Amino acid sequence: MPEAAHRELTFAQAVREALAEEMRRDSRVCIFGEDVAEAGTPFKVLSGLVEEFGTERVVDTPISEAGFTGLAVGAAMTGLRPVVDIMFGDFITLTMDQMANQAAKVHYMSGGKWKVPMVMRTTLGATRRSAAQHSQSLHAWFSHVPGLKVVLPSTPYDAKGLLKTAIRDENPVVFFEDKMMHHKLKGPVPSEEYTIPFGVADVKRAGSDITLVATSSMVQVALGAAALLEAAGISAEVIDPRTTWPLDEASLIESARKTSRVIVMDEGYGRYGVTAEIAAVIAEGAFYDLDAPVKRMGAMHVPIPFSPPLEDATVPTEQSVFEAAQALCGRS
Amino acid sequence: MTTAAHHPEADSKISVEHWLRMYRQMVSIRLFEEQVNELYTRALMPGLAHLYAGEEAVAVGICEALRPDDYITSTHRGHGHCLAKGASPDRMFAELLGKEAGYCRGKGGSMHIADPATGNLGANAIVAGSVGIATGAAFSAKRLGTNQVAVCFFGEGALGQGVLYEVMNLAQLWKLPVIYVCENNLYTEYTHYSETTAGDIVARGAAFGLHAESVDGQDVRVVHDTATRLVERARQGQGPAFLCCNTYRYSGHHVGDINREYYRSKQEEQRWKSERDPIKLLGDWLSQQKFADSVLFDSIHSQVKSEMEKAVKFAIAAPYPSPEEVEQDVYA
Ligand SMILES: Cc1ncc(C[n+]2csc(CCOP(=O)(O)OP(=O)(O)O)c2C)c(N)n1
Repeated sequence: MPEAAHRELTFAQAVREALAEEMRRDSRVCIFGEDVAEAGTPFKVLSGLVEEFGTERVVDTPISEAGFTGLAVGAAMTGLRPVVDIMFGDFITLTMDQMANQAAKVHYMSGGKWKVPMVMRTTLGATRRSAAQHSQSLHAWFSHVPGLKVVLPSTPYDAKGLLKTAIRDENPVVFFEDKMMHHKLKGPVPSEEYTIPFGVADVKRAGSDITLVATSSMVQVALGAAALLEAAGISAEVIDPRTTWPLDEASLIESARKTSRVIVMDEGYGRYGVTAEIAAVIAEGAFYDLDAPVKRMGAMHVPIPFSPPLEDATVPTEQSVFEAAQALCGRS
Repeated sequence: MTTAAHHPEADSKISVEHWLRMYRQMVSIRLFEEQVNELYTRALMPGLAHLYAGEEAVAVGICEALRPDDYITSTHRGHGHCLAKGASPDRMFAELLGKEAGYCRGKGGSMHIADPATGNLGANAIVAGSVGIATGAAFSAKRLGTNQVAVCFFGEGALGQGVLYEVMNLAQLWKLPVIYVCENNLYTEYTHYSETTAGDIVARGAAFGLHAESVDGQDVRVVHDTATRLVERARQGQGPAFLCCNTYRYSGHHVGDINREYYRSKQEEQRWKSERDPIKLLGDWLSQQKFADSVLFDSIHSQVKSEMEKAVKFAIAAPYPSPEEVEQDVYA
């Protein structure tokens, strides 16, 4: 983090500021989504943008996710730089053909002739008591598709810098925001212009005994667990890949080789998921330096239940990570 | 078994009972939602609460034209459909609080109540998410020769989803006994439907050759008479219908949507409440016909109120599911 960081913004404010700056810088940038204009989205992330940029550039759509995502693909191919807002990450399912078969493939199928410089912003994360159709973390779906880039910011600083990079990228980029962070997580964001490159992991806390690889919502959980571990005499490193594709394999492997023990944490499902991929990367790259099998922690493999005590059981917590890390270090 | 048309003129004695029953059901929905509002504002209810108050005549007028074994599918604003189809308030409240005694053992919550015993295939939190399910139920009814009808409730926001047009086409091609009921309460979340809906709503059903009508959704007698006709048609194999019920939601999109003057005025809300209230409209008519008087109405209100209070108490006292339940019922 640069020295000049003296301002604190919420995660939502950081996202909004990135959009506003890019919209000022580049008149081709426009926003499409449900209730994005006057309402500023139900999460109030975009409040104020329509006042500055007008309804030509902050465009309220019908509840037609497939339609306006497809429209954004076409608009991106023909001179605009759309940012589409998919209110809940669960609704990406409705956009899947437009993203996976259209946006992701246009550049390749056209032999590099057409480009799709668009961003999809959406959410992930449970524990909001929103039940099975409003709580999923489905970023692995997009991470699986060649041609798409996937961003998982975990701090206001990262959100702003990565979103600006996403908007300037020449490819379709999907940007997942943890909806629990929007107004709850505050952090330093410098007022000076900056961007953060894709494919560069960030060490959120340095340590030597165990590596906690964590994405998005799991970064704060990992940092909490690391504090508990420190009190128990275990030094944990927390490293955040920040983008699942491109993935900074080298930094993850390096951290694993240094500490020799790894837990990979991600709020998506573990099976065939982000943790599976990262664990495989580490197993391949750091095999001879590992003192324990790589452990994975993520959402339980169930639809997210509504009932609070059930929902709380589905996601890793500071305590469960702390216990798993202790066990991995042979201290339970 | 077929359902007879209930014209008040036909047999005033049976009809009076029937209308009073509908009056009571509308009061039940109204007071149920008052309790939900209370539970939510007292922070006793997790998640979001989308209230049906104001729209009672639609659910009641239609469900009263159905057999107990006829199917319905419902929406995020589904408490009214559920009650009108015969669910009991105590187990509904239990579901809303995430308790084991709830209709879905606490796993579904407010937006996902399902109850096979009353033909309720489930409420759905994906806009237009249940249109395929309702159409499929109608297909089964036809194939299995059960003579059942399926009613698909959705808000006018669902008109934005392409899948609705795919299934209406199928339903008409295959003459399926399904009725698509569009509850046009004028607003999606925070946007007037005229800003998201091109052309004429009823014409969308008519375009596929469905029998299509629009009715005053505040007048339960009109809704019921129309529904009775459409259900009869469907049951006799004459095919699907599209019914647009013009109505109004009294509260915000959800309980937390309090400052809403930026999208609709207090005067407008007041006008609907004082001039177009479905309970009052039916009450006035019953009084004019000398079928009932305020003494009877008062006693209905107080009976229902104490029933609701009892149901809430039951739900509050009911236990949560045990955390092990989280992995039950992922697969059948
Ligand atoms: C596919 C999808 N997109 C967006 C949403 C978010 N959302 C929930 S309710 C709603 C508005 C629905 O309006 P309408 O269908 O008219 O029903 P109403 O709330 O007015 O009863 C929206 C956009 C959703 N649940 N599903």
